[in-house]
Amino acid sequence: MAAVLDTARPATGKGTSRRPEIIGIALLLAALMVAPFFVYPFFLMDALCFALMACAFNLLVGYAGLLSFGHAMFMGTGSYICAWLAVTYGQPVWLGIIAGVAAATLLGALTGVLAIRRQGIYFSMVTLALSQLIYFVAVEASFTHGEDGLQPVAQGKIFGGLLDLSQPLQLYFCVLVIFAAGFLLIYRIINSPFGEVLKAIRENEPRAISLGYKADHYKFMAFTLSAALTGLAGATKAVVVQHASLSDVYWTTSGSIILMTLVGGMGTILGPVLGAFIIEGMQNYLATAGQWVSVIQGLVFVVCVLAFRKGIIGEVAARLGIRL
Amino acid sequence: MSVNKKHLFAGLMLVTTALIAPAHAAASKSLTLAVITDMSGLYKDAGGPGSVVAVKMAIKDSGIEKQGWSVKVIGLDHQNKPDVGANVARQAIDQDHADAIIDVPNSAVALAIEPIVQEKNKVFLIDGAAADILTGAKCSPNQVHFATDTWALAHGTGGAITKSGGKTWFFITADYAFGKSLEKNTGAVVIANGGKVLGHVRAPLSTPDFSSFLLQAQASKAQVIGLANAGGDTINSIKQGAEFGIQKGGQTMAPLLLFITDVNSLGLKTAQGLEFTSSFYWDLNDKTRAFSKRYQALEPLKHMPTWDQAAVYSSTLQYLKAVEKLGDATDGRKVVAEMKSFPTDDAVFGKGEIRADGRAIFPTYLFKVKSPAESKGPWDYYKLIAKIPADQAFRPLKDGHCPLVK
Amino acid sequence: MFQFMHYPPQLWFGQLSLGLINGSFYALLSLGLAVIFGMLNIVNFAHGAVYMLGAFCAWFLLNGFDIPYPVLVHGHLALASAHLPSHLNMWWALFLSPLFVGIFGMILQRTMLRRLDGLEPIYGLLLTFGLAAIIQGLLQNAYGSSGEPYDIPGVLSGGHNLGFMFLPNYRIFVVVASSIVCFGTWFAIERTRFGATLRAATENPKLVQAFGINVPLMITLTYGLGVAIAAFAGVLAAPIYQVNPTMGADLIVVVFAVVVIGGMGSILGSIISGYMLGLIEGVTKVIYPQASGVIVFVIMAVVLLMRPSGLFGRAS
Repeated sequence: MAAVLDTARPATGKGTSRRPEIIGIALLLAALMVAPFFVYPFFLMDALCFALMACAFNLLVGYAGLLSFGHAMFMGTGSYICAWLAVTYGQPVWLGIIAGVAAATLLGALTGVLAIRRQGIYFSMVTLALSQLIYFVAVEASFTHGEDGLQPVAQGKIFGGLLDLSQPLQLYFCVLVIFAAGFLLIYRIINSPFGEVLKAIRENEPRAISLGYKADHYKFMAFTLSAALTGLAGATKAVVVQHASLSDVYWTTSGSIILMTLVGGMGTILGPVLGAFIIEGMQNYLATAGQWVSVIQGLVFVVCVLAFRKGIIGEVAARLGIRL
Repeated sequence: MSVNKKHLFAGLMLVTTALIAPAHAAASKSLTLAVITDMSGLYKDAGGPGSVVAVKMAIKDSGIEKQGWSVKVIGLDHQNKPDVGANVARQAIDQDHADAIIDVPNSAVALAIEPIVQEKNKVFLIDGAAADILTGAKCSPNQVHFATDTWALAHGTGGAITKSGGKTWFFITADYAFGKSLEKNTGAVVIANGGKVLGHVRAPLSTPDFSSFLLQAQASKAQVIGLANAGGDTINSIKQGAEFGIQKGGQTMAPLLLFITDVNSLGLKTAQGLEFTSSFYWDLNDKTRAFSKRYQALEPLKHMPTWDQAAVYSSTLQYLKAVEKLGDATDGRKVVAEMKSFPTDDAVFGKGEIRADGRAIFPTYLFKVKSPAESKGPWDYYKLIAKIPADQAFRPLKDGHCPLVK
Repeated sequence: MFQFMHYPPQLWFGQLSLGLINGSFYALLSLGLAVIFGMLNIVNFAHGAVYMLGAFCAWFLLNGFDIPYPVLVHGHLALASAHLPSHLNMWWALFLSPLFVGIFGMILQRTMLRRLDGLEPIYGLLLTFGLAAIIQGLLQNAYGSSGEPYDIPGVLSGGHNLGFMFLPNYRIFVVVASSIVCFGTWFAIERTRFGATLRAATENPKLVQAFGINVPLMITLTYGLGVAIAAFAGVLAAPIYQVNPTMGADLIVVVFAVVVIGGMGSILGSIISGYMLGLIEGVTKVIYPQASGVIVFVIMAVVLLMRPSGLFGRAS
């Protein structure tokens, strides 16, 4: 279980050009700038939150080789704390988001210390276990209001009336800024010396240790960062849907994050974004298909695994001969 | 590039405004009804595709299309997740121009949808969610509640059974807000009627095995075991209760929330003797029988209607009558006010009214499940024990603390 | 919350017996999962779905099969179904249902899972996740969500009053049947020639193949066996739980945890930790019932942090 995923491993080293990636990122951000004029903004915002989450998850699995099965706990913490401050204490949402990120970071640090001591499937299972504990807390704690959840998170005007988040377009561009900031941060981390060390640990941990790198230290940092960014996505989502609920912290949410990343392409910078839009798009636009949604989704996963194993971005890049 | 982009941007803005504008202008005499329900989970049989069938029946029976209205129905899945429900509702209103949101079994999802409907000034017909705060603290001028509610269930079942001698109670409660509120309400009624609550056990949601909890209930020696849960949890507790000989040992099981599809799923051998409250049963009178036979022919699984689906029919009919009288459905608050202004009258609930807090008032019934010997055939499941008149079946107007009631 | 202080001691026997019965289901399910993981290196997420198929198959055998076929109605594609009558009781189902579901599993393995040979387990997980969604979705469309009734067979109805509790005969049968299957499987894999070959084939397929043994066939049969055990558990569950399209969906992560606690791939470990978890859960249901759903994860976290490869796993 040295590396979680061989096939999705991006090629590194000599001859790697970042140009296709940079063009891809520029196209993505440009498309997102004009998207709300064509596509329903609330769908886009929801998908952007999941996309950020999938990117944060990808930072951990695609670059540090750690497959977490418990990211719902960070998302849930971010969204509950944000909604709690906004609903119960009437605080502005930006404060809620900051608090949500702080709480998720703290939780990430606490669980990270325990989880990174294990590898491969055992790492996945420890994170699953810890996340189920957080779910249990969310069910039992009184401030979460059980399955009714915390609502409605008043979006309202922030920064002295500068922004009116109840206007869909203004809210959208706020969400886009948050997404872009998180996304570019992840891109920066991956291409920093820190990211290179992570990749080295993923490829061959004993060798990296023998070179003098404290592997556990790097893994812990990656885990905490990933948790913080997932919390950011969760808190932002609470503002978008005006609601925090138990489904945010249930294990099936961790499952969807994994699926998004895999479908889009693990270990690619754009893959998780595309995956999130595809999975959320299916949920959204198939809602009228009602009872057939789960069958159609199941078929998509089966086809993906059998035909597009590297994820869509990974597969396309391979066909075009681009090394990501 | 940069210059072109600016032009492109401005052009896009123009195009979109042009696209959005006419959609709102052409609001005359066309209606879109969004049935937001559980298409894939535990309430699928209680609401689900059957609710869509009920809405279509109401449209036909109202004759509104003969008056020149065109009515579109969309069925949407909320997956029992409040955030998905809220998204789906918002999108139905924004994109499909839905004028009314209908059904929404699952109180958590209904509570998430409620502020959106109010903000957009549309109409919310609540038929499947049983939380009584929907006509209490969370009431709104944009919604009416046709489903039975936790107050009515607690008072119907708790009151009637305690009065007829079931003085000591033990609750098996699903460990979530809905279960706890059902337990609390029923417990209060039991005590008010001179009964006693001996204890409770909180079972995690979707526990497959209830034998341990049933054993604790048995050990309490309570006369009545109240089941404050729903769906699969209720079915499993009843099924295993029969296996462990709970009813044979002299204890009565009282499921607080039961649908006829649950009884159908359990079979009479297992379900016989259960006592519970329902606002609807297909075999109540000629009108309910005629309605239900028509419904059954249209329903994909050939089930009889549940109280949820009956409420969907009743509330949609009243809504369409109000829209027809007003001649305009754009102002949700006006439509709801109109709905409250004249009495309801339909095949499923008979004559009734909608109160200021949005509560639709009709009689409810205490039923007992027949034994296999008593049943004459498929779906002949209930016998009537008591009828609770409309004015006693629901929480008095003043006790709900609904802000709309001055 | 803490009511065990005034809880009569004889009632503890009752609760522990119930725990053992629930443990029987966990043991059967985790055993099948461990066999598949140990031999095929696939995390079979469809395990809950095949457990459910086993229960449904028993119901079909009793009430007849509906065979769907597509038809055109007013230009729309729709499904109609033909009814194939069948009145076979549970005794037949205990053999036929695992057989049918096992064959179904082998077809899945031959047509799809085999293509994932040599890849990381996560791909198998994703594929089986998709298959589970398809199977569950199709059955839900056809049979609804409230489930179907299935009676306890006549000879096993009723029960014994043990003084401290009423123990239904059927539950006694569940414990016996489950221990026979668990022991049989363990024996076949760990103590027979076939099992030795099988274990060798998973360690070094090329070498075993060189001895003239059809390794791909063995792998297929093993997957069929793992699936069949889950279907067997499904048949056993039919009379006490609801025969419902989602009956396996919530169980799957719990069973995963059981396998991990026992040590992934360890046959004996999965069986023992299955029964053990049933007992611990039983105790939790009395002391702190709300936590009975989460206790398995607490144990998993503790075990993994103390013993990385589970209670019975070989250290990696």
